[in-house]
Amino acid sequence: MASKIKAFGAFAYDFVIGDDWLVAAGVVIALAITYALAHAARLSAWWPVPFVIAILLPLSLWRAIRKPPSP
Amino acid sequence: MGAGVILFISVFLACTVEAVEATTIVLAAGTARDWRSAGSGVVAGIAVLAVITAALGPAVTKLPLPALRLFVGALLLVFGLQWLRKAILRASGHKGLHDEDAIYRKQLAAAQSASARSASARRLGLVPDAYAFTLSFKGVLLEGLEVVFIALTFGGNAHDIPLAALAAVLAVALVGLVGLAVRAPLARVPENTMKFVVGVMLTAFGTFWGTEGAGARWPGSDAALLVIAPAIACFALLLVALLRRGRSASEPPPARVPAEVS
Repeated sequence: MASKIKAFGAFAYDFVIGDDWLVAAGVVIALAITYALAHAARLSAWWPVPFVIAILLPLSLWRAIRKPPSP
Repeated sequence: MGAGVILFISVFLACTVEAVEATTIVLAAGTARDWRSAGSGVVAGIAVLAVITAALGPAVTKLPLPALRLFVGALLLVFGLQWLRKAILRASGHKGLHDEDAIYRKQLAAAQSASARSASARRLGLVPDAYAFTLSFKGVLLEGLEVVFIALTFGGNAHDIPLAALAAVLAVALVGLVGLAVRAPLARVPENTMKFVVGVMLTAFGTFWGTEGAGARWPGSDAALLVIAPAIACFALLLVALLRRGRSASEPPPARVPAEVS
């Protein structure tokens, strides 16, 4: 039973998070900033997600090519 | 181009990619083992998917739109960026290209070797070959879950589940019919290019819906998508060019590989 739960956890992690956890963490942070700006500060808040993508994608690529080439 | 057309194209392309992967697995199971059992696996997989869709579909339409957009937008952004990351690495030569022929050969070899090992444990009830059934069932169910997720979330967010479902059904039917007709892996489908486009679309919709779900408003409302998607595509192409330039000219490109199905 424990091994099945572990296997499901690994499947769910791979399905949702994928190869780079930093991407998922960055997305959550970007949306949290958007939420805070839109609700608490009542500011125009469409820009945090594109801004984070512009940083996150090159960073994640850089992390990938630093590793030995994967198949 | 209207929002409906963008929705249809996005769902159609994403579901085509998933259907090609499922078809490759089913073809390998049928060719190496037994077509009847592989076909039963497909039917069983579709039946389970139908139950899941019937359960999830109404639930998705009843969720409050901001919460749905925030949750789905976040997931699409994560999926989209992962797809885009892989597509950029492949296009720039830092990762082997996805090769349905190689995947097919790998699945075929695995199915044939299982045949030699487990001759006594082949039958499963009315199904003559348990291995072919299970392989097909898992392939259809796992790739099908992604198709269902894409159709429901895109359709739910855009208030047009019928259009998203139509795009998904057409994509799956087209790929299934072609796969059945040629009985060979669909290696000529430009899967790597399609994955690049789908990565851009998932990221664009995720950016748009996630931001709206978090309470912000895009300048230009829905028309912002017509700027977001090309901007992400241009940015991704720029990254491909930069990575290609940074790659040593003496380094050979990685081989086409069957290692993963995603």
